[in-house]
Amino acid sequence: MEKDMTSKRNTSLFNKKILLQAIKDSVIKLNPVLLIKNPVIFMVGIGSAFTTVIVFAGIFQGSISWFNFQIAVWLWFTVIFANFSEAIAEGRGKAQAESLRKNRTQTQARKISGGKEVLVYATDLKAGDIVVCEAGETIPSDGEVTEGIASVDESAITGESAPVIRESGGDRSAVTGGTKVISDKIFIRITSEPGNTFIDRMIALVEGANRQKTPNEIALSILLSGLSIIFLLVVVTFPSFFDYSLTASGLPATHRLTIPVLIALLVCLIPTTIGGLMSAIGISGMDRLMQRNVIATSGRAIEAAGDVDVLLLDKTGTITLGNRMATDFIPAENISVEELADAAQLSSLSDETPEGRSIVVLAKEKFSIRGRDVHSLNASFIPFTAQTRMSGVDLKTAQGHIRLIRKGSSDAIHTFVQDNNGFFPQKILNIVHELARQGATPLVVAENDKVLGVIHLKDIVKGGIKQRFSELRKMGIKTVMITGDNPLTAAAIAAEAGVDDFMAEAKPEDKLRRIREEQANGHLVGMIGDGTNDAPALAQADVGIAMNSGTQAAREAGNMVDLDSNPTKLIEVVEVGKQLLMTRGALTTFSVANDIAKYFAIIPAIATSLYAVKGSAGPLSALNVMNLNSPQSAILSAIIFNAIIIILLIPLALKGVRYRPVSASKALTRNLFVFGLGGMIAPFIGIKIIDLLINL
Amino acid sequence: MTINDLIQVFLFFFLLIGITPVLGNFMERVFTGKKHFLQPVLGWLEKLIYSFTGVSQKDESNWKSYTWGLVVFNFIGFSFVFLLQIIQQWLPFNPARFPGVSWHSAFNTAVSFMTNTNWQGYAGETTLSYLVQMTGLTVQNFVSAATGIAVLLALTRGISRKTTDKLGNFWVDLTRSTIYILLPLSILLAVVLVGQGVIQNFKPYETIHTLQGSEQIIPMGPAASQIAIKQLGTNGGGFFNANSAHPFENPTPFSNFLEMLAILLIPAALTFTFGKMAGSVRHGWTLFTAMFILLIAGLGIALYGEYSGSTVVGHIPHMEGKETRFGITNSVLWATATTAASNGSVNAMHESLSPLAGMVAMINIMLGETIFGGVGTGLYGMVIYVIITVFIAGLMVGRTPEYLGKKIQAFEVQMALIALLSPCLVILLFTAFASVSHAGLSGLNNAGPHGFSEMLYAFASAAGNNGSAFAGLNANTLFYNLTLGIGMLIGRFGVIVPVLAIAGSMAEKKITPFSSGTFRTDNSLFIILLIGVILIIGGLDFFPALSLGPVIEHLLMNSGITF
Repeated sequence: MEKDMTSKRNTSLFNKKILLQAIKDSVIKLNPVLLIKNPVIFMVGIGSAFTTVIVFAGIFQGSISWFNFQIAVWLWFTVIFANFSEAIAEGRGKAQAESLRKNRTQTQARKISGGKEVLVYATDLKAGDIVVCEAGETIPSDGEVTEGIASVDESAITGESAPVIRESGGDRSAVTGGTKVISDKIFIRITSEPGNTFIDRMIALVEGANRQKTPNEIALSILLSGLSIIFLLVVVTFPSFFDYSLTASGLPATHRLTIPVLIALLVCLIPTTIGGLMSAIGISGMDRLMQRNVIATSGRAIEAAGDVDVLLLDKTGTITLGNRMATDFIPAENISVEELADAAQLSSLSDETPEGRSIVVLAKEKFSIRGRDVHSLNASFIPFTAQTRMSGVDLKTAQGHIRLIRKGSSDAIHTFVQDNNGFFPQKILNIVHELARQGATPLVVAENDKVLGVIHLKDIVKGGIKQRFSELRKMGIKTVMITGDNPLTAAAIAAEAGVDDFMAEAKPEDKLRRIREEQANGHLVGMIGDGTNDAPALAQADVGIAMNSGTQAAREAGNMVDLDSNPTKLIEVVEVGKQLLMTRGALTTFSVANDIAKYFAIIPAIATSLYAVKGSAGPLSALNVMNLNSPQSAILSAIIFNAIIIILLIPLALKGVRYRPVSASKALTRNLFVFGLGGMIAPFIGIKIIDLLINL
Repeated sequence: MTINDLIQVFLFFFLLIGITPVLGNFMERVFTGKKHFLQPVLGWLEKLIYSFTGVSQKDESNWKSYTWGLVVFNFIGFSFVFLLQIIQQWLPFNPARFPGVSWHSAFNTAVSFMTNTNWQGYAGETTLSYLVQMTGLTVQNFVSAATGIAVLLALTRGISRKTTDKLGNFWVDLTRSTIYILLPLSILLAVVLVGQGVIQNFKPYETIHTLQGSEQIIPMGPAASQIAIKQLGTNGGGFFNANSAHPFENPTPFSNFLEMLAILLIPAALTFTFGKMAGSVRHGWTLFTAMFILLIAGLGIALYGEYSGSTVVGHIPHMEGKETRFGITNSVLWATATTAASNGSVNAMHESLSPLAGMVAMINIMLGETIFGGVGTGLYGMVIYVIITVFIAGLMVGRTPEYLGKKIQAFEVQMALIALLSPCLVILLFTAFASVSHAGLSGLNNAGPHGFSEMLYAFASAAGNNGSAFAGLNANTLFYNLTLGIGMLIGRFGVIVPVLAIAGSMAEKKITPFSSGTFRTDNSLFIILLIGVILIIGGLDFFPALSLGPVIEHLLMNSGITF
């Protein structure tokens, strides 16, 4: 199912429609007001405009410089390529937004006003209004179920067609505007103002409409602007040095450097590659998260995900399969296994929890004890409550006395048998401890004053999760398992799953406290949660992922929503965050490393006439290590390389550098080799090839 | 090169590496207020200074008031030296009866000594009285070095502390580094130097009759005391114009060796101190190694440049402008060390270095004086590069870059860039202006690329607070005195203020605990990275300028053209 989702949302990199739109957009983005948001590319834009003016000024004076013309063209291409990278990244989001919009129809809502139903437009609903929805109707806006239970088709936002249950109270009360009620009838209290619903925000996010620069992006643009200013200084002062040298070599002022050449030098030196690709990297990070069916409320959250070094993971659903299963019956002394199994089954017949059902199944499989008809037994069932911490059945036998059968935690049963003037055998206590130590959950079964034995309920740790945690450890991320289990049970499961730490008997406020403690020690904490009582912790965590199936409060508190409601997502989100930062770093390194080659192309080219002895090339042509054909072709090759490299790196910017779960040092060594060393060598080869091509 | 040369070079580096942890460890004890062996001897002096000035040791300040204290203190120092020069003719200890100094020269000299540059537009023995040299210049030699250490200490605390705005007490840092580190080492060195024949007296200049029967005036004075601190405090301003090429400043090969060692001694040891105070001695050694590699590489290129000679003079080393007493190797080693550290003292004329060796000297300065660099200044300059390195490469491990547990964010990057940009601005803009203006060109003594190098070197030297010169430039003019003076100010405070701002911002951050996901700043990979960033970010900016100066000169020399 998860696979299907991925392929469905994964619009191919260069689909025709997106491509055409992106080409159009990259020209629209030449608008200086938009361009100035990216200082490096803006600088190139000014350079292009300047060069163009010079070319036209030349034409009016009756001489066209083809060389300057070509520089101008390639400078414009540099800007357009940079715009194109941004446009194509946005295009993919826009395509997704369009499909979301289709589902947001102009619905009418049945608002309850003064006890009566009135029909209003969904867009007129305000937070606090109560509406009613019946089978076949579309839920008009985001809200919380206040009354009733219904199955809801949420495929409009999750892409998942199987309906989900939404009910009042509990942790599955949130409904989303635009989704459809399939059965039954629910009353909903609206929680969002018009225009600010979940789908609205989702559309805005994927479109990148109000995309703001993340802290890290801001820091990086400062660095890039700073470097650009330094290089601007280099280029601005160079003509003076050059003029001095011209005089010293006895050359006339006609040999002076021209402005287009200086602009070409500047554009080659400033970090245009990363400058051009930076916003594409950011947008595609958001996009990659979308492909995993996670919506981040801000780019900041994705970045923080890369920084997270402590993960709080709920045991159930994340580390273990949701349910504990009965695997064994251990009878007390003088009790047969069948007797125990029979009592256990009776107590579980109307226990609808997965644990209860697994007991019924086990009794049937092992001892062929069939499930009996509940009503014929003349029984009244005692449901589980948090106070009694046990459940069971009261049976009236044919003889007329009453069988009180209970199952529950050993403490609860202890009290129960004592209240019935029985005693709790030491042997049972030993079994309970032993099972708990193994990480299992022991349920003690008793009838009236007699303890019958213990049911062995086992937590099943998810396959492959241990491997996952050890990868996280390599990346320097600590995993903490949160569970309501007692410390013994928790320790055993923690050991089996390979988490670094665990919190047993954890209450929601313990989670919050733990997050604060970790943060005080300098850690960044990520967690995933669904219930209302998770909301404070989700808000406190640096990365809080709310499950879509959860409460509205949780969805508001977190900074991401997982549409699949899959707790393991947290780990994937961290990976996406790391990949985003890595891609940015890798392309920055590449961009900066490129400068060496560009110097070796341009400096000898422009200074070749200096101190030349009669007709032969000047001494600085010794620096022409690439043996480029002519000064002109050297300069052109450098700026052509500079422009084309942006296009060539777009796929990398969109896909992100390949991510591996390894330690920081290993990741660095690899990336440095590819992007640092590669960044130094690639332009030497690239410029040489372009030089050969344009001189064909 | 002879075996003898090699042994000397080897011994030099051997001692440098050996002394680093010892002195570094001692300094850590002094700066963190632990007990140390000099406390019983000099503790009274520290207490006396505090009670006299009313400084309370426990009062710590935030980065803004730390900076304010530093600026005010430096301004007072500047004013004092400036006035002293203007009115020296009415003051005592002026046996040679020197008149007052011109205002622009006095400005230049006062700025120069306050900023630890010690660029000397004047000739000491024909311009300044003993009083100015001792109470003005020598005092600044101490406190300008101590100021550099103080800034480094504030930065170190900013890195090692968490969630606080307190960076320490400027006056305590200043006092401790002066009386426990600079003063004892200087006294020690001065005594040894006097033993080697460096002069230390208050006699008037002596007139002697030469063999040819003519008269020669021999300058005298309290040289040894100034020389010791000028070497140790990476000041470099000589008592005599010829600096340590003068036999009264540097009489023997042994004094030469000691003076060279003194240049790098404290800057090298501070890497250890820094590592220890910041909680990672390994990181301290990492920085040491990066600096060391750059130093050796520079030395190698310079030696190659000198010994390969040129086709013009035949392939023999050129001795012009170098002391025959010391020879090529010692001259080049000194030239490399003095430019790597922002010392600026010389034992040979840098103008006479081969183009390659001259270029190494220039690059050393242009890299921001971070190859060991000035006392304190070198290391905080290096930390600026470290921050840039960590920011660029740190992203590649998939986390917000962090340095010793501190996250590097927009503010730090911004300040680091200002610190990088300030000296760059001075070197490029001022040289550009000088190279096309009459006022700039009239100071040149040589033509072609060599003349260009003279200007480039002068402004690099000012911006890097080095103080050495390509001696061909006549810089005691209104134009050069002013532009170089302003350049020194920008090069000094344009770095100090952002560094202290970084310290303040870092101190307020939490410390992210180390894990295998942390970008390591203490291994060989980081050394390679750091060197790469220094050369690309710090060095490439000057590639165009250098290629029109020493590079072209070197290439021309190979085809038989010299300037």
